[in-house]
Amino acid sequence: MPRLLASTEGRLAIVLVVVCALLSVASDQFLTFANFSNLLAASAVNLIFAVGLVVVLIAGGIDISFAVAASVVQYLTVFALQAVGGGNWAFGFLFAGVIGIGLGAINAALIYYFRIISIVVTIATFNAFFGLLMFFTGGKYIYDLPDWWTHRIVFFEMKTPSGWAELTLPGVVMIVAALATWLLINRTTTGRQLYAYGDNPEGARREGISVGAMTFIAFCWMGLMAGIAGLMQVNFVKEVVPSALLGRELDVLAAVVLGGARLGGGRGSVLGCVLGVLLVAIIQNGLNLLGVSPYAFKMVIGAFILFAISTSNISFRKLFGTAGNGRRA
Amino acid sequence: MIEAYRRIRDLVGAEVLGLLAFLVVVVAAFSLATPRFLTGENFGSIAFQLPELGLLTLAMLVPILSGGLNLAITYTANFCGLTLAWILQVHGGVDAGIGAFLLGCGAALAVGAAVGLVMGLVIAYVGAHPILVSLAMMIFIRGLGEFLTRGGDISGFPTFIQPIGHGSVLGLPIPLLIFLAAAAIWYVMLQRTRHGFSTYMLGSNLEATRYSGIPTRRTITLIYTLSGLMCAVAGIVMLARFNSVRVGHGDAYLLITVLACFLGGVDPFGGFGRVAPVAIALLILQVLSSGLNLVGANQHLSTAVWGLFLIAVMVIRFGWHRFGFGR
Repeated sequence: MPRLLASTEGRLAIVLVVVCALLSVASDQFLTFANFSNLLAASAVNLIFAVGLVVVLIAGGIDISFAVAASVVQYLTVFALQAVGGGNWAFGFLFAGVIGIGLGAINAALIYYFRIISIVVTIATFNAFFGLLMFFTGGKYIYDLPDWWTHRIVFFEMKTPSGWAELTLPGVVMIVAALATWLLINRTTTGRQLYAYGDNPEGARREGISVGAMTFIAFCWMGLMAGIAGLMQVNFVKEVVPSALLGRELDVLAAVVLGGARLGGGRGSVLGCVLGVLLVAIIQNGLNLLGVSPYAFKMVIGAFILFAISTSNISFRKLFGTAGNGRRA
Repeated sequence: MIEAYRRIRDLVGAEVLGLLAFLVVVVAAFSLATPRFLTGENFGSIAFQLPELGLLTLAMLVPILSGGLNLAITYTANFCGLTLAWILQVHGGVDAGIGAFLLGCGAALAVGAAVGLVMGLVIAYVGAHPILVSLAMMIFIRGLGEFLTRGGDISGFPTFIQPIGHGSVLGLPIPLLIFLAAAAIWYVMLQRTRHGFSTYMLGSNLEATRYSGIPTRRTITLIYTLSGLMCAVAGIVMLARFNSVRVGHGDAYLLITVLACFLGGVDPFGGFGRVAPVAIALLILQVLSSGLNLVGANQHLSTAVWGLFLIAVMVIRFGWHRFGFGR
């Protein structure tokens, strides 16, 4: 138990269990397979973003531009698919992945070659990507998409008393993305290097870790995940809207940092991302089931995060002293 | 010649000089591109548009100088505007008197300061990261505002408020005068007071500042309270400019204010940065936007150009220091 409490992920897991327990008492629809399959589908895009962002945060950077980059990927992928005459899922993943990685590489190149801080670069590219996207598309929606892209693909379904429980493509891709990220940061040398670099860039550099490689790997991974998340979001909502993902960057950032990733580098985990994203999604889902006005959702979530921050750090900071306040962003 | 350059540089700072050069280039380019650019009318409209973004940027500047960030500024400003609007409505809407307006402004300032105070307390005493705290506050304030207004507009204010958004004194727009006054107060606060000095020290090195006997927690709390107060001023000016309040007015400004600070040479890690270059950076952004508007581009292209301009400036700065011009 003390070990569980010592990590952010452990405390978050306890909070999540308590919230789930309260909600399952308050609403009989909450603890059902059908509701959980809905929750997973609704969180898929955010979680794919989150596992990309956590890699950047671990490496000591921050990315504000990824959600807008995903919208750029959606538009460019539509045009690329038209150029090859419709394509299929293989082409979809290929184009979205490559374009996403390309946009991530733009961020990485500016950060690495010109020694600009990542928050400056990504705020600049956020404005550049979004402004150019709106300028060139004129803010037009695209409904005329290839059938395969918007078609629901169900991997697994089960009839339950409370409705169909199913696992659709975004859910599966989310699981694959989370597993791949977990493998990258926990099971490879590159992953160890990312943690080391984020914790102490100068120390890592002197150990012989390539600063350029770390920057490019982190931001290209983020770009890849942004591209895939963009692809999945289209599968989920069946349209391409230039401003659909605008503002998502801060929601995802809040969820990932809530999950224990440190702004300033060296800390963060896939489990934390999952818990952070799920906690926000579950609170929203619970409020919905309890019949609370949708206008109040954000208020409750904001208050909850504020409360969680205020209570989570107090005792532990005082117990173990303030080691490195992580003010670098 | 070089001696004269050095003397001017030492007087106003290399940062200001560089940005003024950018400003001259941008103004010259647009003057050649369109005859409608170099007119009183155009500069009048720039002078009216600048203050909203400017006041919000001042609210963002101080937290950044201390090594933090305040992502709640736009919604705090909306919420303060909402407070003023609500008090005016209670006192008769269009028929509300000066007394109600002053009361409302007082309440708006108090609400802004209170929002900042809560953030400051959490950041200072819990030790949580400012980005996370202000992000949570942003989500909360936005939600609260949307909950109270149901996402709608509030309008119908007494006519005597309009000059605050649209009036002029001695040929200078009143919003611009408010912005200049606020910038002057910020300048004095940062350069001439103990609190300002502590803010810079805090941004450079929090632990060292604490060991040198400065009450860092109280300073951090005050920094965010003042930031909230400036948001309230922005909220009041925005209410008068739009003649209505809606949660979400100006939310696109949020990241632009950060962009303006970085463009003005503020160190993203805190500790370094001044009011004057940030004000010039704001002017450059506004001139770019209105110039592009006159040559037929829309606001979205301006947004893109702002982003690209920041990248260009950072790359030039990199080259400048790399090849030894900085010293």
